[in-house]
Amino acid sequence: MSLTSPGSEPVVGGRSRQWVERVGQGVLDAGRFVRNSIGQFGGLSYLLADAVRWTLRGLFVPKVKLGRRSVAAQMVRVGVRAIPIICLVQVFIGVILALSMAPTLEMYGQVDTVAVIVGIAVFRELGPLISAIVLSGFAGASIAAEIGSMVEAEEIKALRAHALNPIHFLVVPRYLATVLMLTGLAVIADVMGVGGGMFTAVYVLGVDPTTYLQLTQDALTNKDFLTGLIKAAVFGLLIAMLACYEGLNVSGGAEGVGRATTGTVVKSIVALIATDCIFTVIFYVYEI
Amino acid sequence: MADRPTGEPGNLSPGPGADQREVRISVRELVKRFCDAEGNEVTVLDGVDFDVYQGETIVVMGGSGCGKSTLLNCLIGEYVPDGGSICYKTSDMDAPVDIARMAEHELNEVRKKFGILFQSGALFNSMSLAENIALPLREHSYVDPSVIDIVVTLKLQQVRMLEHRDKMPSQLSGGQKKRAGLARATALDPEILFYDEPSAGLDPVTSAAIDELMMNLSKMLSVTSVVVTHEMDSAFRIADRMVMLDRGRVLKIGPRSEFEALRDADPASLSNDADRLMNQFLNGHSEGPLTDEAGMSEFEKLIVRG
Repeated sequence: MSLTSPGSEPVVGGRSRQWVERVGQGVLDAGRFVRNSIGQFGGLSYLLADAVRWTLRGLFVPKVKLGRRSVAAQMVRVGVRAIPIICLVQVFIGVILALSMAPTLEMYGQVDTVAVIVGIAVFRELGPLISAIVLSGFAGASIAAEIGSMVEAEEIKALRAHALNPIHFLVVPRYLATVLMLTGLAVIADVMGVGGGMFTAVYVLGVDPTTYLQLTQDALTNKDFLTGLIKAAVFGLLIAMLACYEGLNVSGGAEGVGRATTGTVVKSIVALIATDCIFTVIFYVYEI
Repeated sequence: MADRPTGEPGNLSPGPGADQREVRISVRELVKRFCDAEGNEVTVLDGVDFDVYQGETIVVMGGSGCGKSTLLNCLIGEYVPDGGSICYKTSDMDAPVDIARMAEHELNEVRKKFGILFQSGALFNSMSLAENIALPLREHSYVDPSVIDIVVTLKLQQVRMLEHRDKMPSQLSGGQKKRAGLARATALDPEILFYDEPSAGLDPVTSAAIDELMMNLSKMLSVTSVVVTHEMDSAFRIADRMVMLDRGRVLKIGPRSEFEALRDADPASLSNDADRLMNQFLNGHSEGPLTDEAGMSEFEKLIVRG
């Protein structure tokens, strides 16, 4: 309780008391933030564990249906419709990378090696990461809004009332579709990124197309391709879980749905970049 | 939702003054508490006791915040009670089961025995009407799709919605959504039907039509119905027995005739405050809690304040 009266100096302790109160409030707010973050992490972990459990049951218990039709429908919704956007973005990334590196490489007379830089950067990092960021806005927000609206319209309650588990029925198809499609999209992104870089190298920097392709092929190994795919799968899982978690925890009507949608995109982007950083450190340390 | 304890057989002893019909649901000393925004504990249901008998339609009513919806959520297993028991006994059960002490997978087996009509209809917006009704059948049975199609047609005929079978929920009116919700609720041929504010938000004509449909279905399917509502006209049309809740407690339970007599009585002739308050409520003159936290009625407060 504050010992101040409106428009006056504190009764006891003066400015130092106000300062102590502010610090105390800041500590309390920080404590609340940490508590909420731990709660969200716990909730996400529980959701993930439950989704994996239902997936395994769907695969190995004959009475439990995995919902292949539902997974296919989500794959179309999540992935197929995102292909044109991801192609466009990745071509731009290839062009940007090539043009950004060109002046420095020209200084050393190594302009041909732009193929190596674009190839490795796209296959290992930018293909999966940029595809995931696009997908978090494209599919993550849509999943969160859809599930959030279902919560508000009592559809989730209706599912439970019909003895249908919402995690089995809603989360499993969405996370499987996102993981599978983002892995596939990463491959498309790799090709388009290299294509964008090659286009710039050939038509702007004057690199021979055969040399470009040969240098790309020589620079890339299976390891580069596979690490990109592993990242893409993990990114897909992250996006789907965050979107489903935010959607399932919606409260407060249309405003709550809006908050969940925004929250999904923001948290996904932060989580994707943080996870990418962790992957890169691990791959660097273990020379993968 | 809190974790559910492991299931164990429940006790289905009839309550005081019970009749000889078979008890389908027995609620005993039901307590449910929530925490408010400041972290204070609020008791929403405070020792609720009542029985629901085979084939009857029981209407739970009360003012805003009396605990009707919380009670319904406890009955359908959406909320885990903090105390007391909710025992179910359907025709294929050897012994009654207490859903308050059941694991989720056990509860799901009980849930297949009942249907629920939600206030908004709660149809799945991404599916057509026929797909909505087919969903529980598709997920809980391995029957041929052609058989499911026949059942869907039958259920839609029962609620007079056959011509709308391929429409999406967004193309339906409020009343049509409720009828479609009712068709879905009866898809698995339930023994118990729950209705959450079935006439809320409907015009009087549509509301009367929904009531008639509910009564016809109850007769046709021989189901036991639990209806939560605060629409008095609807309640008096459909009820066999009524339960009046106030501040999380059962204020009165009895046959419809008793409540009709109470509604039609001259307030001056009523001997106690509770009856006078219920008379007011049943005549639509009171909305909120009938008593305050200290158990003081509006009449008592008026007297105290002069």
